Amino acid sequence: MPSILQDYLPIVIFMSLCMFITLLLILPPLLIAPKNPDPEKLSPYECGFEPFDDARSKFDIRFYLVAILFIIFDLEVAFLFPWALVFGDIGLFGFFSMMLFLGILTIGFIYEWKKGALEWD
Amino acid sequence: MGSLLNDSLVIAPELFLIVSAIILLMLGSFKVKNSAKIVLYLSTITLFFVSFLELIMPWDISIIFNESLIENSFSRFTKSIIFMSSAFVIILSSRWLIRYDEKAFEYPILILFSSLGMALMVSANDLITLYLAIELQSLPLYVLASFRRDNINSGEAGIKYFVLGALSSSLFLFGASLVYGFTGSVEFFEISKVTSYSEVSAGLVVGIVFILSGLIFKISGVPFHMWTPDVYEGSATPVTAFFATAPKMAAMCMLVNILYGPFADSFYSWQQIIIFVSIASMALGSFAAIKQTNIKRLLAYSSIAHMGFTLIALALPLSPSNIQALLIYMLIYLMANLGVFSCIMSLEKSEGESVKDISDLSGISKKYPFIAFSLSIFMFSFAGIPPLAGFFGKYLIFRSAIENGLFLLAIFGLLISVIGAYYYINIVKVVYFDESNSSITKSSSKGLSITNIACTIFIIFFIIIYTLSPIAELARLAGISIN
Repeated sequence: MPSILQDYLPIVIFMSLCMFITLLLILPPLLIAPKNPDPEKLSPYECGFEPFDDARSKFDIRFYLVAILFIIFDLEVAFLFPWALVFGDIGLFGFFSMMLFLGILTIGFIYEWKKGALEWD
Repeated sequence: MGSLLNDSLVIAPELFLIVSAIILLMLGSFKVKNSAKIVLYLSTITLFFVSFLELIMPWDISIIFNESLIENSFSRFTKSIIFMSSAFVIILSSRWLIRYDEKAFEYPILILFSSLGMALMVSANDLITLYLAIELQSLPLYVLASFRRDNINSGEAGIKYFVLGALSSSLFLFGASLVYGFTGSVEFFEISKVTSYSEVSAGLVVGIVFILSGLIFKISGVPFHMWTPDVYEGSATPVTAFFATAPKMAAMCMLVNILYGPFADSFYSWQQIIIFVSIASMALGSFAAIKQTNIKRLLAYSSIAHMGFTLIALALPLSPSNIQALLIYMLIYLMANLGVFSCIMSLEKSEGESVKDISDLSGISKKYPFIAFSLSIFMFSFAGIPPLAGFFGKYLIFRSAIENGLFLLAIFGLLISVIGAYYYINIVKVVYFDESNSSITKSSSKGLSITNIACTIFIIFFIIIYTLSPIAELARLAGISIN
């Protein structure tokens, strides 16, 4: 199917361009740039001080949980916007499809609430 | 609207499963007294009911929801088996679960959702539905793999499974995008239309190869098998029992659907791949299992080998009898696996610690003759000793291969099954003739014994069941509906 292949010419050009630019950015520095590391250069830099503590500090797992829960409801909004835009055209069927989706999402919400995922302590 | 109602009726079992899973989730969340136990029992009943429902629904072909799902006798039959084995897994797990965490009502619900994903995998009729179904099946499996949160191996199993599962999904998606690019559609009927009147283009072949790589990961065929032993070993034993049964069946049926569906006309492009994976899985599964000392790792390699045997039937040109052989082999594999896991789980080393090594089983025949007997029956069946079920499964598969002229593949399979027999029969030797290990105690429950007895009867009297019951006829009907 040459005609279908021709339709994909732009993406091929795009990909080659990406590859070219990436290589252009990576390769010359690798080849040209001088490399003579010493301990001072390799040590971590923090505004002229010695580093105060390790950057990989522990943090409360609950931040992570809140972030995950946020993503779910954030994505829900991403579905709601296009739905609201074409609401006039899709009629009752569209309305109830979204209600079904929201209903299932609410079930998940009730579950996380009951499970205590929203409580901080 | 009329067609919507009509379409919904066709997938009534799945809808019932969704609704009951959601209701059970709510029931578990609102802490009624003993809610975890109630959820456990109700989800078992739900799965058995849905399995029964699939059998009594009309088996004629119906294509629903804008050709995104297809129901025919193949999907009905396989879904019934999938739901049944999931139900058995919940029965197996109940005792372990209640002892591990009384409040963990999520476990059966995760199995319900995963089974739903498997059901949709089997009846998917376009690549997007198929992808969503695979994800719906996999996500609960990742959670189940890391279900023992206090155990580092379990967490490792979950992470490993998740990362490699994501990799396989991405391979599948990349392949799907290529197939879409070269055929202009994601719908199975459209793809097969395009491939039937034009030459198979190179790009399409690349797409098929990528899709196959993603799917072979799911059935843990070589060279995408690396995750299997680690995940099997790290997960809790009941979870391993689940991994070894229903998802394997679902993934195999999905392969049948996709290879003989949209890619049927590119048969000669994918036949070589399937033959290679089949041979490699049989060989690696059998050879690597010899050195294993851990029971679950051994079962992992054994399942890789069994997938290799099953793939023999898939490497043949489509005919109902090949599909019938494949389905019967998978059914026997599922029953024997459930039986083995019920044996392992009814023994424990010390309070709450399950048996891990093959040496733990030494000499249990003196203390627990029935468990030893049934375990040996399952091992002989795996090895393919007549008159047990495993022999007939292998017989049907090899007969199909020979009828289609693939003599070398059949001979290779025969030779490999001799090697497999070594480590299966080694377990029988350990159980009956080794020095007794006194610290092993029995911790059986009603559910475990029932599953064990049911599987033992099925394996021993398979030939009678096969001739008297409608299983063969149902599998034949299922085979006819693939075209």
